[in-house]
Amino acid sequence: MSDHSAAPGVTGTAPGAAPPASAPPASAPPASAPPPAVPATDERGRIEKAARAAEPRGSTLGRLLDSGVGRNLGLVAVLVLLCVVGVATADTFATTSNLLTILTSASIIGVITVGVTFVIIGGGIDLSVGKVMALASVWATTVATQSFGPVVMVFCALAVGAGAGLVNGLLIAYGRIVPFIVTLAMLISAQGLAERISGRRSQIVTDPTIAAIATTRLLGIPLMVYIFAAVVAVGWVLLNRTTFGRRTFAIGGNPEAARLAGLDVRRHTIALYVLSGLCCGIAAIMIASLTTTGSSTHGTLYELDAIAAVIIGGTLLTGGRGTLIGSILGVLVFTTITNLFVLNNLETEIQNIAKGVIIVIAVLIQTRARRSSSG
Amino acid sequence: MSDPHPLTAGLRRRGFLIGALGVGATLTACTSNEAPASSANVAVAAGDNAVAGTPVTIGFSAPAADHGWIAAIANNAAAQAGQYPDVTFEAVNPTNDVTQQIAAVDTLITKQVDALVILPNDGSQLTSLGRKAMAAGIPVINLDRIFDSPLAYRTWIGGDNYGMGVSAGTYVGEQLKAKGVTNPVIGEIAGIDSLPLTQARSQGFADALTSYGFALGPRQAADFTAQGGQRVTANLLQAAPKLDALWNHDDDQGIGVLAAISQAARTEFFMVGGAGSANAMRDIKADNTVLKATVTYSPSMASSAIALARLVAQNKGMGDLVEKEVPTSITLASATITKENVDTYLALGFES
Repeated sequence: MSDHSAAPGVTGTAPGAAPPASAPPASAPPASAPPPAVPATDERGRIEKAARAAEPRGSTLGRLLDSGVGRNLGLVAVLVLLCVVGVATADTFATTSNLLTILTSASIIGVITVGVTFVIIGGGIDLSVGKVMALASVWATTVATQSFGPVVMVFCALAVGAGAGLVNGLLIAYGRIVPFIVTLAMLISAQGLAERISGRRSQIVTDPTIAAIATTRLLGIPLMVYIFAAVVAVGWVLLNRTTFGRRTFAIGGNPEAARLAGLDVRRHTIALYVLSGLCCGIAAIMIASLTTTGSSTHGTLYELDAIAAVIIGGTLLTGGRGTLIGSILGVLVFTTITNLFVLNNLETEIQNIAKGVIIVIAVLIQTRARRSSSG
Repeated sequence: MSDPHPLTAGLRRRGFLIGALGVGATLTACTSNEAPASSANVAVAAGDNAVAGTPVTIGFSAPAADHGWIAAIANNAAAQAGQYPDVTFEAVNPTNDVTQQIAAVDTLITKQVDALVILPNDGSQLTSLGRKAMAAGIPVINLDRIFDSPLAYRTWIGGDNYGMGVSAGTYVGEQLKAKGVTNPVIGEIAGIDSLPLTQARSQGFADALTSYGFALGPRQAADFTAQGGQRVTANLLQAAPKLDALWNHDDDQGIGVLAAISQAARTEFFMVGGAGSANAMRDIKADNTVLKATVTYSPSMASSAIALARLVAQNKGMGDLVEKEVPTSITLASATITKENVDTYLALGFES
């Protein structure tokens, strides 16, 4: 039985806190003497209600755009617009095989984006994702690793990715170095190490199981798309339905408050970067299969694509807010643009300009919505 | 938050350490990479030029090897220099950054090497560097990507990019004509579009197709890497539900191109490659993919450049020619490799 009466002595919790008149009069004890100090049984509910009362109501449109669904709505609109343009300009756009091609192209950068979303929501940034993926792909496709079989290759890629993420996390959490610098250094070293191990050559994937990942289709849909969907599903559950995800939001929103609330911020930060590295490892196996090579040239500038997708998906660069679905929609928008341009036989330069314009517009829409919702 | 059970904490730490060591050991075991022994393309000097002359130092600068062709350039140059007892080979750090290449070559100029072999990242941007070296009395052998001014080099040696395109277009045209195809859909996967050599190749291809009365269909640019080739081809195959022929400029990116083709399970067309890598030649010989031919652009030009640099530095001419001076411009011809003649060229293929 929730009782909204404030316990005496609890003052200054929220401006304009409702006086204890919300207690139904019938259950109030006869006030012959000062009422005993009854602790509120739903303090959290009272505080949230008071906070809601304190927040000024923004415009309906602003609140809609600001909500989780609304942020993604803008991106869905952009995607629908691109599809309309595609259907109008290219007659092969709306075919199943073309749509599957778009999804397959999006799968690798999408897996990476899942990891980067976690890191950015947690308040950090990871510039090394592209080259860590290259390093993992190179390490997993060396002659020695391939001789051990596909299981060892997969394990190797995941271990290298997680290991690089661990190094990142340790330096950021315990070394107290800014994430930008640490991951930048990791990007450069990972590329150097990848070039060293591969001798700057492309290492052909000879293992038939790994090579078959990209060509296998279940129910007509490529296996790569299934892997992508599985990673997104697990990531979504982890972000939105576990305490791990809640802690990520908390740490990204206000690390000091999170620390005072008892969260182990440093350990959690390390976990986030390990997760990002793990996603790079998965992407490494996918790209090794898709291109049939492991090479130090894989993943060039992928981090910019991933971060751009995360930002236009509605995640704050400073952390604390964001959605995974938004990031994935951002990836799909970019991949669809690439596909549209190739279908229309246009040059890549215009495509890059279009990408830049879309990023700016998307961020502008988000900033306006946030500003209007907070008055 | 201290662990209430120190014993389990200790066991956990030990387990973690052992696990980490195990993973580390596995990873270290997984790095060995005996590359297949790629024979470098070297030429043995013949006749009078085989006699050791005055000892010369040859400087060498090339871009960083991000694909097999450039790696083969560096390997061939080093191997050829090793053939001569009178040559000291000074290679500077390979880099894709123009300013760094300028700085590196400056050190060679200061050292006053006897000859300089340069493959510039971009010919226009390094022309002034070539002129500086020539003005300092160092003969410059310009490899592949040509400088803007003839004052910047003593000798240019390179492949025939336009001729490469013409060879590819001629092969495509003849095959389609023999099959009697009307209005064929011909695709092209180019390399890095901003390079003049890519534009020259595309021009040659288009001109050759016009002479057969065919027109070029979808054309997209990749970036000489396997992942770029795969991505661009996957999309291009969607743009063209039916293709008759495809020319891919570079066999390194061709690995990705072939991967995309097999993933889309498309077999109705034939493909021509470029540059002549060993992988491509093996595929042509096996004849189990759409790749039926390739046009060479051999990185053996680096070996020839070193040989020329030695001759220039020692004031000798080329053996079979009458003149006592090395020519100022040598364009290497582009050969078309098909299943019939692949065995003769297989030894010259470079590993990707």
